[in-house]
Amino acid sequence: MASNKKYWKSVEELNENSSIVEALRQNEFVEEVPVDEFLGDKETLESSSTSRRDFLKYVGFSTAAATLAACEGPVVKSIPYVIQPETIIPGVADFYATTIADGYDFASILIKTREGRPIKVENNKEAVVKGSANARVHASVLSLYDNMRVKKPKIDGKDTTWETFDAEVGQKLNQISASGKQIVLLTQTFASPSTSKLVGEFKAKYSNVNHVVYDAVSESAALDAFEAKYGERGLADYDFSKAEVIVSVGADFLGDWQGGGYDDGYAKGRIPHGKKGDKKMSRHVQFESNMTLSGANADKRVPLTVADQKVALAKLYAEITGNSVSGRKLSANVEQAIKNAAGQLKQAKSKGVVVTGINDVDAQSLVLAINQTLASEAFDTTAPRKLRQGSDKAVAKVISDMKAGAIGGIIMAGVNPVYTLANGNEFAEGLKKLDLAVTFTQKEDETAQNTKYVAAAPHYLESWGDVEIKKGHYAITQPTIRPLFDTRQFQDALLKWSGNDKAYYEYLRATWTADILGGASWNQAVHDGVFKTTATVSLADEATAAIEDAEADATDETETVVVNNVAAQARKLANTAAASGMELVLYTKTGMGDGQQANNPWLQEFPDPITRASWDNYLTVSQVDAEAKGLKNWNVANGGLNGSYANITVNGSEPIKVPVIIQPGQAPGTVGLALGYGKTAGIKKEMQTGVNAYKVYQNFNNVQNVSVEAVGGEHEFACVQLHNTLMGRGDIVKETTLEVFNTKHYREWNPMPHVSRDHEMIDATSPKADMWAKFDRSIGHHFNLAIDLNACTGCGACVIACHAENNVPVVGKTEVRRSRDMHWLRIDRYYSSEDTFSGDNEKKENMSGLFGENGSLGGFLEMENPAANPQVAFQPVMCQHCNHAPCETVCPVAATSHGRQGQNHMAYNRCVGTRYCANNCPYKVRRFNWFLYNKNDEFDYHMNDDLGRMVLNPDVVVRSRGVMEKCSMCIQKTQKTILDAKREGRQIKDGEFQTACSAACSSGAMVFGDLNDKESKVAELHEDERMYHLLEHVGTKPNVQYHVKVRNTKEA
Amino acid sequence: MKKVNRRNSISRILGTALALMLAFSTVAFAQDEAAIKAGEALFKANCAACHKLDAMSTGPMLRKIESRLDEEQGLDREWLYKWIKNSNALIKSGDRYAVEVYEKYNKRQMTAFPTLSNEDIDNILAYTAQDKAPSVTTVDSGGEVAPAESGFSTDIVLTALIVLFGLLALGLFLVNKTLRKFAIANGTVNLEEEAKKTSIWKAFVQNQFLVIVATIFFMLGAAYFAYGYLMQIGVDQGYQPIQPIHYSHRIHAGDNKIECKYCHSSARVSKHSGIPSLNVCMNCHKNIAQVAEEVQQEGITKYGVDYNKEIRKLYEAVGWDPTQQDYVNEQKPVKWIRIHNLPDFVYFNHSQHVSVAGVDCQTCHGEIENMEIVEQHSSLTMGWCINCHRETDVNFRGNAYYEKIHEQLKDKYGVESFKAAEMGALECGKCHY
Repeated sequence: MASNKKYWKSVEELNENSSIVEALRQNEFVEEVPVDEFLGDKETLESSSTSRRDFLKYVGFSTAAATLAACEGPVVKSIPYVIQPETIIPGVADFYATTIADGYDFASILIKTREGRPIKVENNKEAVVKGSANARVHASVLSLYDNMRVKKPKIDGKDTTWETFDAEVGQKLNQISASGKQIVLLTQTFASPSTSKLVGEFKAKYSNVNHVVYDAVSESAALDAFEAKYGERGLADYDFSKAEVIVSVGADFLGDWQGGGYDDGYAKGRIPHGKKGDKKMSRHVQFESNMTLSGANADKRVPLTVADQKVALAKLYAEITGNSVSGRKLSANVEQAIKNAAGQLKQAKSKGVVVTGINDVDAQSLVLAINQTLASEAFDTTAPRKLRQGSDKAVAKVISDMKAGAIGGIIMAGVNPVYTLANGNEFAEGLKKLDLAVTFTQKEDETAQNTKYVAAAPHYLESWGDVEIKKGHYAITQPTIRPLFDTRQFQDALLKWSGNDKAYYEYLRATWTADILGGASWNQAVHDGVFKTTATVSLADEATAAIEDAEADATDETETVVVNNVAAQARKLANTAAASGMELVLYTKTGMGDGQQANNPWLQEFPDPITRASWDNYLTVSQVDAEAKGLKNWNVANGGLNGSYANITVNGSEPIKVPVIIQPGQAPGTVGLALGYGKTAGIKKEMQTGVNAYKVYQNFNNVQNVSVEAVGGEHEFACVQLHNTLMGRGDIVKETTLEVFNTKHYREWNPMPHVSRDHEMIDATSPKADMWAKFDRSIGHHFNLAIDLNACTGCGACVIACHAENNVPVVGKTEVRRSRDMHWLRIDRYYSSEDTFSGDNEKKENMSGLFGENGSLGGFLEMENPAANPQVAFQPVMCQHCNHAPCETVCPVAATSHGRQGQNHMAYNRCVGTRYCANNCPYKVRRFNWFLYNKNDEFDYHMNDDLGRMVLNPDVVVRSRGVMEKCSMCIQKTQKTILDAKREGRQIKDGEFQTACSAACSSGAMVFGDLNDKESKVAELHEDERMYHLLEHVGTKPNVQYHVKVRNTKEA
Repeated sequence: MKKVNRRNSISRILGTALALMLAFSTVAFAQDEAAIKAGEALFKANCAACHKLDAMSTGPMLRKIESRLDEEQGLDREWLYKWIKNSNALIKSGDRYAVEVYEKYNKRQMTAFPTLSNEDIDNILAYTAQDKAPSVTTVDSGGEVAPAESGFSTDIVLTALIVLFGLLALGLFLVNKTLRKFAIANGTVNLEEEAKKTSIWKAFVQNQFLVIVATIFFMLGAAYFAYGYLMQIGVDQGYQPIQPIHYSHRIHAGDNKIECKYCHSSARVSKHSGIPSLNVCMNCHKNIAQVAEEVQQEGITKYGVDYNKEIRKLYEAVGWDPTQQDYVNEQKPVKWIRIHNLPDFVYFNHSQHVSVAGVDCQTCHGEIENMEIVEQHSSLTMGWCINCHRETDVNFRGNAYYEKIHEQLKDKYGVESFKAAEMGALECGKCHY
């Protein structure tokens, strides 16, 4: 049907008299195109020597010529040192011992530098305490090369010089000092004897100085409890390798509980050891609300709300000490679990240990009492840990004093209170009213934005320092690179403002020589990075004054005196009322911690070990609660995980909209949310992920009463693992119980898969089942990597170490969501669908037919869903370096091939990107470069700026677009080890061969070595009864071994 | 250490001798000549480390030192004996000029030479007393005579041969011409018939088969050359860029025989051979501010380079002030132009080849010692690498690392030596990661 609709091209058309409309109606071009000028004159056109064909010829020729001419190589300049430092040889790495102490992470580490650039963090094996780096510490080297760092001191947001800065701050300090108002030093936990002494001198110079230590994530309750009992502010230290029974009530001690770093000791006790047939391993019982790393590794995990945990702890105390405590009744199975745990603890006596993470002085005191009763060997109070010092009360007092106008000036170092305080906005308001506000910071963060004087602070790799991680265990921080920017560390500034002309290095050295070393060599101490002494150091901890002050104030105001009577505390705990609504349990993620390194793309892309989601924080909700509140997770067509949003409200505060992940194992009645996300200041746009959970971290309490309600909208997660269960495929993660392991033949719990040949079942590893020619690998090296599933806690340090060593690119949230993550090493996390994995296997075995009760159709569907409180297994998977590799046979250009040393080589320059290999890989470990990830504005992470690229390992090529890549078994490292031995003319000792992951693994779960060296650990492990290969029946003959996971399921 | 700052010492001695012969032809001077010769040897062995004849070095310049001292300070040879044998004692004795010199040179003491006899010192003084060497041009011409003579003989042979062949060709042409004339005259050749024949080109074009075959050959040939052209893209064999400082490997590695790894020391332990930092240059060039005169002349005439200027560039870069004999100026790193460029995806380790395999630098880099300006000698293509790995025996000798492996290999294959390729040196992942 014809239509008389009129289509308007522009408003002008409405005006009938418009000349333009008229002109355009007649002519397409308002002005005539001067075609005639060059085509009109037919004569000249014909007489022209250049015909159209000629023209095209010339164009063609010049294009071709230009192309060929462009093939000339560029001129490359080489600029050597003018005066080469003696210790630096270009191309050879140097290692320096240093210590990270950023207030949250403390560790003695080695820094690998190349041509003066720190490029990698390694564990310091000489350090007795905290000598291993976690994922964040491994990633900290990239934070050094952060382009968002403050590059110069600033006053009112404008760059200035240190001279001006000093002059102005010095003048203000004198004014405030004269006026009699308080000067507050609000700092992170330094645990530094020299800094302590220095602050003492600063106090002497200016009257009325108050030093307050502030931990963003507070351990104040544990510190208070310990101080009340032992008279010293510190945290009890634990050695889990000495424990046979470990009971944890809400303590994620494999995570960041009380400073973390307990996983190596724990893992030692988890590997079955002792006589054959009577091997022993520790028993681990965990009561907790969020699913944590510790819970995931536990032999028995009991999900409980925090209120119930308190009651449970009191009952445990009662059982062990024999004091009867009548308390609220818990459910029968929980009561039974407590009884069993207590029984095992009593049986183990000094080999038992109890820990708790409940943020409550009573609970912490109770644990100290229990461990004392047990006389636990794993429990050390004589040399407490010093890596948390903060006091909630003292910080609260600062804020109230600030409001009251009692404070004249504040100097902050290593803290970001505007972001990390629940009432950060109030703090920001307070800051503006002060006469003097200085912050030492690496980023222009939330606090810096509200502070007049922003002092550019150096990264720890550019600073000097000392740390007393544990009493008597000292560590030194030494710079490994000259400061990249015009920065000055807090201590240097304090020295200057105290009128001392010395540099902090000199001060530090003088302090050590006088007070700590006791005649030992300073150079040796710097070389080792650690120094242990039994002599008591006479450095007063000046920061305690502020705490005592605050406490005195608190007792004046209220009547809540700390009850120093354990029995009374137990009674109090036992009668904790069940939470009325939902409990929000705030926690820190393995990859983010307290959020200091939020601008670190490695950490953002690091998949959380439990949820496997990256680039986000989220509300973890149990299945039951999710159903009740109408919260959902689902997968969309491109494989991405989506989730609904929920609003959470604490104490009538402004609701926060958070995405929801349904977390198996989450205690019903609780929800979890990670701190450290939702930063908006001093951080790249790409890295501004998640929501700020500190806003509900009220009164420094990680447990809050919360109301949760579903709201509209869909959140797109970047989750790298979509299958949550094994669906009964027990041969992927083989596991057994300690009892079976000790009593049965190993082929029963570690069966060899069979294949059919001539209708006869034969071993999958038998030569008869092999269609490949045999290759003799007995000469030279034959590398193997052994992974012990018992020792692996899933901490993920290996993932970041691999990133750093192998120049693995960061691809960003949307790409991860499309399953284009580039991690060469992933740690698969599996939940059981039944209560245990063996239950899964049984269910699968018992399936019969397609339909019906035991039908496989419905059965497998059910098995896709994890249980409410599942067993968890971690399995690191990287390229298995198959001796009969399926990827090699399908490569049309022979870009991937096998080396005689057992490594599967990948020649990037040969690869044309067909991706056949990735499709044919049964382990799915190959990663494809869908884009150019370096020098590409679309991927604005560290490889896109000159500064960030400084972290690249010069021994490993940076891959380009369209190329397949994968784990190389760190061939650059094995080759280097071989070359060093050749050059020095010696044999290679066991332990010299390392990959990035095995070197990073402090728990001993990953062991790398030469199988042909019969003395080596890996050769011994290869013959171990627990050894199996992943998907053995495929016949790929991998060079990565796994060791059967054994669980200590003995209940009583 | 003996300083080798003058190359062609033999020719120089000869030259000096020649010049002296020309200047003083009487026998009476023969004795002096012997003294000068002995003095020169002593000077080079003992003094040259710190002194030069015509320039400041660590110590003052020494030409005509005796007469200068006499004229300016009124000091005689006796004073010099004392000074040379033990300058410290002289300074301590409070001798006016001795103290003055000591102060002037920043209280640097001259090494005492108690072993030198007075006669030795006489000889040295005789050597220093000579006039500045006469222009080296005579020496140069003398030097050029010899090679010219040998060239002369071959040239003559060649010219004679060319003339001979030319005459032969002329003779043949004339004979042919004459015979043809006879033939035409006799009527044995029919000219018209010849004219009727179709030309060879026409015949060729008409023969389709030939055209097709020729086209195929032409295209194959073109493809061959095109392939050859394309394959040399990115291969910079013969790349010889002009460097910011003209550094002559010919003089350093060739004439002065400085070991390659003295400067490229990291080649022993690192993947990089390393461009030496300038402090390594200064190990020698602190004392060598100028090259010998004839070397300078050679540089100017033959290579168009003022070597002394290039040394001054070094001083400029490293911040060295030759008059103060100290590093006082600002340092300016030298931006060398890299000659040997491997792509990023290749891992090459110098120490593996230099220290472990014991490969000579020249194997890959060519006759560096003869290169005035270094050029890329080898193609540095993968084929070139692989070839060498295929042909080279692994150097097992005396290396404890290889002991076990070598034994096992011997037992297995019953042969003594193995090529690098047989030991896995052809595997992709050994060089690409």
